[in-house]
Amino acid sequence: MILASVHLTESYYLTFAAVLFTIGAVGLLVRRNVLVMFMCVELMLNAVNLTFVTFAKTLGDIRGQAIVFFVLVVAAAEVAVGLAIIVAIFRRRRGGATADDTNLLRG
Amino acid sequence: MAEFVIFFIMAAIALGAAIGMVIARNPVHSALLLVTVLIAIAVMFLLQDAQLLAAVQIIVYAGAIVVLFLFVIMLLGVDRSESLEDPVRSQRPAAIVLGIIGVAEVLFLAGRHWSTGATGAGLHAGSGGNVQNVARAIFTDYLWPFEVLTILLVVAVVGGVVLARRSGLPAEQEYDLERDDDVTTPSDLDPEDSPTEATTP
Repeated sequence: MILASVHLTESYYLTFAAVLFTIGAVGLLVRRNVLVMFMCVELMLNAVNLTFVTFAKTLGDIRGQAIVFFVLVVAAAEVAVGLAIIVAIFRRRRGGATADDTNLLRG
Repeated sequence: MAEFVIFFIMAAIALGAAIGMVIARNPVHSALLLVTVLIAIAVMFLLQDAQLLAAVQIIVYAGAIVVLFLFVIMLLGVDRSESLEDPVRSQRPAAIVLGIIGVAEVLFLAGRHWSTGATGAGLHAGSGGNVQNVARAIFTDYLWPFEVLTILLVVAVVGGVVLARRSGLPAEQEYDLERDDDVTTPSDLDPEDSPTEATTP
């Protein structure tokens, strides 16, 4: 059987992570809804996390997994502040605001 | 073999959900598809001997971050569909072309060697399991970054509370404002016709 002879190497994971990152990047550029743009950022962070874990497995180095831990923490902090900013923006501009409407630092 | 099958099933689920997340009109659908992608990636963590990270991924991302997203979506009431007209012309085709270039670059690189082949201490170098090994790395080699991250989390929480408050006023004045009926912004408050002053005997 063909499948039995195929080994799952790190290239599969890395290619998959890179494609996922590209989807996130394209989504960030295409969408206008700030919430969906934020989700695309999360997708890119996850793709990078998968790359870290893959290299930790490939190189046999546990520190790759430790760094993923730190990335998770930074992502959580980023989401907390970012969503607070989005809530503040939406309070000032009722009826919805896209990323194009908010081009000034002041609300 | 089984690993291979699981990987491809999860990769298909994750790619489909990711594309769906980008093109979904409704932000709630996007958030739910994001959960799907995150769970698929957690399964891939499990496939690569990262049991702790798989659990943390589910708890932190699917349990906390996406729930926060859903809270904000429903709090703001932006769960209606987005208009699809493009304010900046030709941005969308340019983004798609950039994405195609990126994927082509990745597929070109996929045949090469990804890493230098230098090996570290080993995933199973310590005596314990995955949790113990990760904990040992974090609390010995990365103790200083870990402490810095705790400060970052505190700053993020305080910043989130400050930003999401209703106005820039101190807490007592803000409480007075919220007790009035429809006064929400400070610009509505003229000293002459302020409801608080009008109703005080």
